[in-house]
Amino acid sequence: MQISGSKKLQNSESTGWLMAFPATAIIGLFIIVPFLLGFYFAFTNQRFISPNPTEYVGTSNFHQLLDLGVLTLEPERDAATQEIKKDASGAAAYPTVRSLTRNNSEMPYYDGMREWFSWHSGDNIKVVVARDVVFMKAIVNTFLFVLITAPLQGGLALLLAMMINQKLPGINIFRTIYFMPVVVSIVVVSLLWRFIYSGDNGLLNAILGFFTFGTFKPVDWLGNSATALPSIIAMSIWQAVGFHMVIWLSGLQTIPVSLYEAADIEGATGWQKFRFVTWPGLRNTAILVLVVITMQAFTLFSQIAVMTQGGPVDATQTIVFQAVQHGYAKQDIATGSAISVILFIIVITISLIQRYLTREKLT
Amino acid sequence: MSTSTSSLRPSRWRYLPLVLVAIVFIFPLEFMIMSSLKPSQQLLSDTNSFRAFLPVGSISLDNYYAAFARAPVGLFLFNSVFITATTVVLALFLCSISAFSFVFLQWRGRDTILTILLTTLVIPIEIIAVPLLLLVNQLPWVGLHGLTFGWLNSYQVQIIPFSADALSVFLFVQYFKDLPKELIEAARIEGASWWQIYYKVIMPLAGPVTATAAILKFLAMYNQFLWPLMVTQAEQYRPVMIGLQYFFQLNIAWGEVMAYLTLITVPVLIFYLVLQRAFIASIASTGIKG
Repeated sequence: MQISGSKKLQNSESTGWLMAFPATAIIGLFIIVPFLLGFYFAFTNQRFISPNPTEYVGTSNFHQLLDLGVLTLEPERDAATQEIKKDASGAAAYPTVRSLTRNNSEMPYYDGMREWFSWHSGDNIKVVVARDVVFMKAIVNTFLFVLITAPLQGGLALLLAMMINQKLPGINIFRTIYFMPVVVSIVVVSLLWRFIYSGDNGLLNAILGFFTFGTFKPVDWLGNSATALPSIIAMSIWQAVGFHMVIWLSGLQTIPVSLYEAADIEGATGWQKFRFVTWPGLRNTAILVLVVITMQAFTLFSQIAVMTQGGPVDATQTIVFQAVQHGYAKQDIATGSAISVILFIIVITISLIQRYLTREKLT
Repeated sequence: MSTSTSSLRPSRWRYLPLVLVAIVFIFPLEFMIMSSLKPSQQLLSDTNSFRAFLPVGSISLDNYYAAFARAPVGLFLFNSVFITATTVVLALFLCSISAFSFVFLQWRGRDTILTILLTTLVIPIEIIAVPLLLLVNQLPWVGLHGLTFGWLNSYQVQIIPFSADALSVFLFVQYFKDLPKELIEAARIEGASWWQIYYKVIMPLAGPVTATAAILKFLAMYNQFLWPLMVTQAEQYRPVMIGLQYFFQLNIAWGEVMAYLTLITVPVLIFYLVLQRAFIASIASTGIKG
């Protein structure tokens, strides 16, 4: 007994290694190694192809991407009276941002920065300047996308799941239909919707025109910086909501029917049943759905690449699109890696915060 | 009387919101298929009316012929099917056998390695794509031309990095954990080797999880975009999603675009409609276990 036991163990030691090795090696080489390489490249000047050896450059890639500053522009004053000089239309004259950020030896930190946005503060203008304005816009757009998509898509998915969870004949047909866009490539969906959103012959404009009896003025949905990102959000939700509907549905079906029967006997309203039976029973599902949507939303890329290329005027730039622009299109592996590292830190932080907050709220 | 009508009516009205939502999900795809049958000119003018959703006017397969004439569509389809099928088969084998080892066999470092592998679930491809691009450009390969370096523009660069993944390993591990251990012990007593137990005892029981892993992998691979975009500059190795670029010259021929989109989407939709229970169950199972 003793002998056969140790022989069995020995046998399983080498066989175990052998069986687990291929998958482990592939995940190690193609996920873990590039992940660690990314952290390394982010602190170098690595390019895709370069005659010069790679050098360690410290945090300069991160400074290049993330440096921010605030400049105060004071109106030009009359040297003698200190009165603000005004031009013919009564507007005060301000020095240009360029005059402060170009070859200005007094403020070397600001050298090369460009205006991101500004506001009036008394007589002065405050200008936020950034070393990489496009990347700043990409960060803001990505956060906007996540902050709007996560609750909206999660909520709509729950609504659909509750509609599908009714006991009606033929209900599975609707489940099948709602889930259908999930199996269609986001690339295909993006192209199709590019046509639907088109300003000239777009289907959406035609439909809105029909329901408003022609009073609706056609909009170039993707060509307008105010509507481009919301349009991409709406389409992304349309494509993915079925996925999360199915996850909610499997959560809903774990809630015992007896709880609803008890609530009926107590005379609970529909809302009370949702508030005190359904929602508490979906706690784990809610966390999962939120985390999954957030993770997916942060990696927004295909829709941008197919529909807008980041435009118009950077209104749809995103973090991953910038990573690909630098790392692939410009062959600047170092900056692309630095962006990936920034994204990873954001994603990990958010999902930890989200897990923490969701737990607090639901218990 | 009023009670009998009110008890009948609501059940029928309950379908109304369901149907309205269904229209929102169906109409863009239906529009795509209808448009693929119309000349570009008619397609553009039809969007002003309900004709957009109907097979009316001059209906033909001309757009499909034109799409094949414009781009090597057959090649792209072959590439996609070949890459997807090979990756799915490899991933099912490698991930199931490693999960088998992680769950049933005893070996040093097993739990540590499994933990590290499962941690990679939080690393999406978008985060590693840029450094991975540089890495694959340095890797050696032994092929028809002997030893070469750099995997760009090849099939292997689209297959091997995805031939094992944490999600598939995770799905198999979860499933195997719930199988009765007595099965293994009985087979060991009869003198079966671990390899025999894997393919004669365990895998025949693993139908549901294999279907789940296969469907998830199939969708991920066939619909992949970012990675093939970065690694296939050569037409010869491009999959269907990258082949789309051929239809965006100066004047976009929307009829041909719709034909191409229909061509690469409808097979997946049919596949889904036939196996819809398995598709939906596969997503649901990631939810329950996750």
